Amino acid sequence: MTDKKNKPRTIIPIGPYHPLQEEAEFFKLYVEGEKVVDMDIEIGYMHRGIEKLSESMHYDQSAFLVERICGICSNSHPFAYVNAVEDLAGIEITLRAKYIRSIIGELERLHSHLLWLGLAGHFIGYNTVWMWSWKYRELVNDIFEFITGNRQHYAMMKIGGVRRDIENKDITQIEKMCDDLIPVLNLFKGAVLDDPVIHARTKNVGILPIEVAIDYCVVGPTARASGIDIDIRRDDPYAAYNLVPWNVIVTKNGDVFDKAVVRILEMYESIKIIRGCLNGLLKEPEGNYDLKIKEIPVGEGIGRHEAPRGEVFHYVRSDKTNRPARHKIRAPSYVNVPSNQYAVIGQTISDAALILAAVDPCYCCTERVAIIDKQKNKKIMNGFDLIKLSQEKTEKLRNK
Amino acid sequence: MNSIEIIKDKLSNKILKFEKKNSKRYYIDILPTDIVAVTEMLLGELEYRFVIATGIDRRDGIEIIYHFSDDKNGMVVSIRTLLTNKEKPEIDTISNIIKGSEWIEREMWELLGINFKGHPNLKHLVLNEDWPEGDYPLRQGRGNETG
Repeated sequence: MTDKKNKPRTIIPIGPYHPLQEEAEFFKLYVEGEKVVDMDIEIGYMHRGIEKLSESMHYDQSAFLVERICGICSNSHPFAYVNAVEDLAGIEITLRAKYIRSIIGELERLHSHLLWLGLAGHFIGYNTVWMWSWKYRELVNDIFEFITGNRQHYAMMKIGGVRRDIENKDITQIEKMCDDLIPVLNLFKGAVLDDPVIHARTKNVGILPIEVAIDYCVVGPTARASGIDIDIRRDDPYAAYNLVPWNVIVTKNGDVFDKAVVRILEMYESIKIIRGCLNGLLKEPEGNYDLKIKEIPVGEGIGRHEAPRGEVFHYVRSDKTNRPARHKIRAPSYVNVPSNQYAVIGQTISDAALILAAVDPCYCCTERVAIIDKQKNKKIMNGFDLIKLSQEKTEKLRNK
Repeated sequence: MNSIEIIKDKLSNKILKFEKKNSKRYYIDILPTDIVAVTEMLLGELEYRFVIATGIDRRDGIEIIYHFSDDKNGMVVSIRTLLTNKEKPEIDTISNIIKGSEWIEREMWELLGINFKGHPNLKHLVLNEDWPEGDYPLRQGRGNETG
């Protein structure tokens, strides 16, 4: 690819490994001077053969297996998986289980978006946003610990219901914990949406126009920021999402700023959903949360869940043994990450890290970035330098 | 006329089998040679969204299910096709119509050995570049024989 034109091109490898990230990806940026002209994406470093592995586990075990696919949104895959098996077997779970599922799903969105916000803040040199965001993310993890006993990998999803009940006596406490999050969200909304420097760094950067977004089939906040009005929670309702009032947030510009706006405003909606579900729980009898499903009939089923990053899709086929005959999994990043190929072209290197991170691919490997002088094959810039470059740009804007 | 009736009407000569699993899930069997025309119709006329494709190794051939999402009505329409030549399974690529299918076709090529005719960039995606040729991890019986 470097030989396409005679202009001197430099390759900037981003990735693939970093101890912080749970998905290893390798972005090869081709740059001319400061400008990104082309990009290759290589994945597969984290291919663990989970689809194949799932065929060797029984239905209940697979729920735990798919929980290990993603470390941040660990609930998304089991959620879509149980939806798929219930679609296959035609199971209708109890209302109480529906409410609990939605509460867990939305809490996860909250902590995942706060994590993204922190990373994005760090990339543009707003380290206070980073520290605060991750500090307040702990509040969400505390709610998780209170409800499920775990801060991550909650293991709540189960075919036919959920594994643990939320007792009515705990609901006031959970409501109070959610109330504590509102001032936090207001803080971030003010800090991010009204800051002129953040506007300058993120507006009109890494734009993904709607027709390109449709062509790449992107989902989640990446799609909604480009004006595609899709959300599986509303379009194909499951769990309790059609039982409580909430709104889908859609913006038009498709740049990094809009992706941040969608995520921040979505967090308010998540809290709305959680409150609605907690109210619903009070009306349902306690303990009625699991149907104790034993056998799965022959057939096929599709389950979807709107994860923090977009639609998770599971297809399960059963041949009446106690194991899935085929289990296909599609994570949202699988369609969101390729869209970077478009969004990053024509942008500067100092913005590249931010744009790649804007689709939220659980990606924090920027420290591995190195600029290599092709002739001398010598590292002239490492990841820290690149983040510094991005942060210096913000600093310059700030001083203007 | 809802979109399912439009499909039934427009594609009546291409549908081999029509199955309504429930009000939100439909499975339609077609011939592999019709996949490009059907995809064009679903994406262009009905504005469906391509979600993913599932490749399955069966005794009588390699099955591919293309999942399309109708976001306006919350339905998933799955187009099923069977490649009966297991020695050399081949089908036309749909990545010229929808770019979002490029990765999954590469994945099915390396994991199941399906050749997608006309694919612009058919190379390894999740497996390593030096993965032995002709060894397809998702083919039945594989893992057990080679350990």
